[in-house]
Amino acid sequence: MANIFIVADHKDGQLKRVTLELLSEFQKQGADPVAVVLGGPEGQAIADTLAKSASKVVFLENAGLTQYTNEAYANALHAYLSKQSPHIVATGATSTGKDFLPRLAAKFAVGIAVDCTEFKLGGDKVTVQRPVYAGKCSKTVEFAGTPAVFSVRPNVLPANNAAKSGTVEKIAADIGQVRSKISSVMAAASKKVELTEADIIISGGRSLKSADNFKILFDCASVIGAAVGASRAAVDAGFAPHDMQVGQTGKTVSPKLYIACGISGAIQHLAGMRTSKVIVAINKDPEAPIFQKADYSIVGDLFEIIPKLTEEFKKLKASS
Amino acid sequence: MNIFVLLKQVPDTETKIRIAGDKKGIETNDVKWIINPYDEFAVEEGLKTKEKLKEGTVTVVTAGPDRAVEALRTAVAMGADNAIHVKMDAPNADTYLAAKALAEVLKKENASIVFTGKQAIDDDQAALVSFVAELWNVPSATVIVKVDVSADKKSVQVQREVEGGTKFVIDCPLPAVLGLDKGVNTPRYASLPGIMKAKKKEIKTYQLADLGLGSESPKTIDSNFQLPAERAAGKKLSGDAGAQAAELVKLLREEAKVI
Repeated sequence: MANIFIVADHKDGQLKRVTLELLSEFQKQGADPVAVVLGGPEGQAIADTLAKSASKVVFLENAGLTQYTNEAYANALHAYLSKQSPHIVATGATSTGKDFLPRLAAKFAVGIAVDCTEFKLGGDKVTVQRPVYAGKCSKTVEFAGTPAVFSVRPNVLPANNAAKSGTVEKIAADIGQVRSKISSVMAAASKKVELTEADIIISGGRSLKSADNFKILFDCASVIGAAVGASRAAVDAGFAPHDMQVGQTGKTVSPKLYIACGISGAIQHLAGMRTSKVIVAINKDPEAPIFQKADYSIVGDLFEIIPKLTEEFKKLKASS
Repeated sequence: MNIFVLLKQVPDTETKIRIAGDKKGIETNDVKWIINPYDEFAVEEGLKTKEKLKEGTVTVVTAGPDRAVEALRTAVAMGADNAIHVKMDAPNADTYLAAKALAEVLKKENASIVFTGKQAIDDDQAALVSFVAELWNVPSATVIVKVDVSADKKSVQVQREVEGGTKFVIDCPLPAVLGLDKGVNTPRYASLPGIMKAKKKEIKTYQLADLGLGSESPKTIDSNFQLPAERAAGKKLSGDAGAQAAELVKLLREEAKVI
């Protein structure tokens, strides 16, 4: 299938890995997608980086794209893509991808599938697989219109990118009318590893007993570069902010390793983390439902286990 | 000010999902239905906005089957003034069709500001906010943790949270569609007089044809709903805390190869 376009996701001068994951998967299935970068002058470096993994990169440049807005992205993409007869437009299911892609689908008067975990090209069609009910089940989606517009969940598809030396075509972007304005950006107090992009997550439940006690999880996480998550019970009890919540009314994650500490495993929490590749459960209660989902189970007091685990991780890091 | 809230009725978060016989959806017998939790924040924000501005009406709208009327009545019991039901019986009415219908209602009713949840916890698309805004040709912002409507009611300033906890402060002229996240407010409970009022409330109903959408159909087709594969039984570690920690790290390194 030709005319496949991947919209690059980049932030602070860094290309997000999900863009490479998408390219890799399309190429593995025999397609040769065009990578589209939107940005001001700073986008050139992103486009050049992408040309090492895609045979063609289109750089839609406009100073009004340096600061992301959903209107500018959707307008610029539609102005360009509507002349390209696109069959597929795909991007990462990130904060920005989830924000602008529905606008683009609306402009093309087609449907959309968000946060897909698989896609299959076949003839002139594409079918996608996506989790619903926070991963309690999944479904297959087909598209009745053209282009097929979908986003993929970061961290799920492998990025085994073959080296390419692609071309970069720079085009002046038409961003149209942009009504919303970013008046300021408030950086997070501490630089945290983002849950949905993390390879390893250590999560705490109500058994942590206080916000201060989450420090033992952060200490452990910092040794192995993990993100720290929390159950809804811990968030509702005020031990952790909502942006740390994993589960049906929080974030859905699929890291390589998920370590659940003092989390009983309510159905709505399991929904948010069950696609993790390896699950470790640490809990005092041997009957906790989380143990049924765990690859490795430790029945014990997390306040004793976690500091020991931190020590072991430190030893490992020191020896490797 | 015509304050609008878009809401969806979804299965309760505790629902154990079973797949329907034709695999085109889930079994809905015995499901307890609730207002999508993120849409509850939208109802609350609508009511708070009306209270703060000391004027206006709050209208709640849903696009869905007949049972969805119950979700509208719950919102009226919380304090909403009016309710609109767009009848959509197709079992897999998709984001496209729902957004089309809702955008037409907002145009027809001349909405001044629209609140809804950042996503519905059934299909998890998180696409409706931007989709409706584009079809209606207005600005939008989503994953909002703070809302501030200007005194002159011509604009709104919101805080949108992105990966890593960074917040963007965004100014939008009104009308606009705003998708709310948890933490933006604490939804109130329905009052007893509210519940009595809600029982008798007349609900305005539209068919798709009334909105000029009689010939529209979904643009995405669902099939093959399936439950995730059960995980193989795991290993239980033994020994004291130190031994368990050491064993775990060894297994993660040598067997699972994830660290």
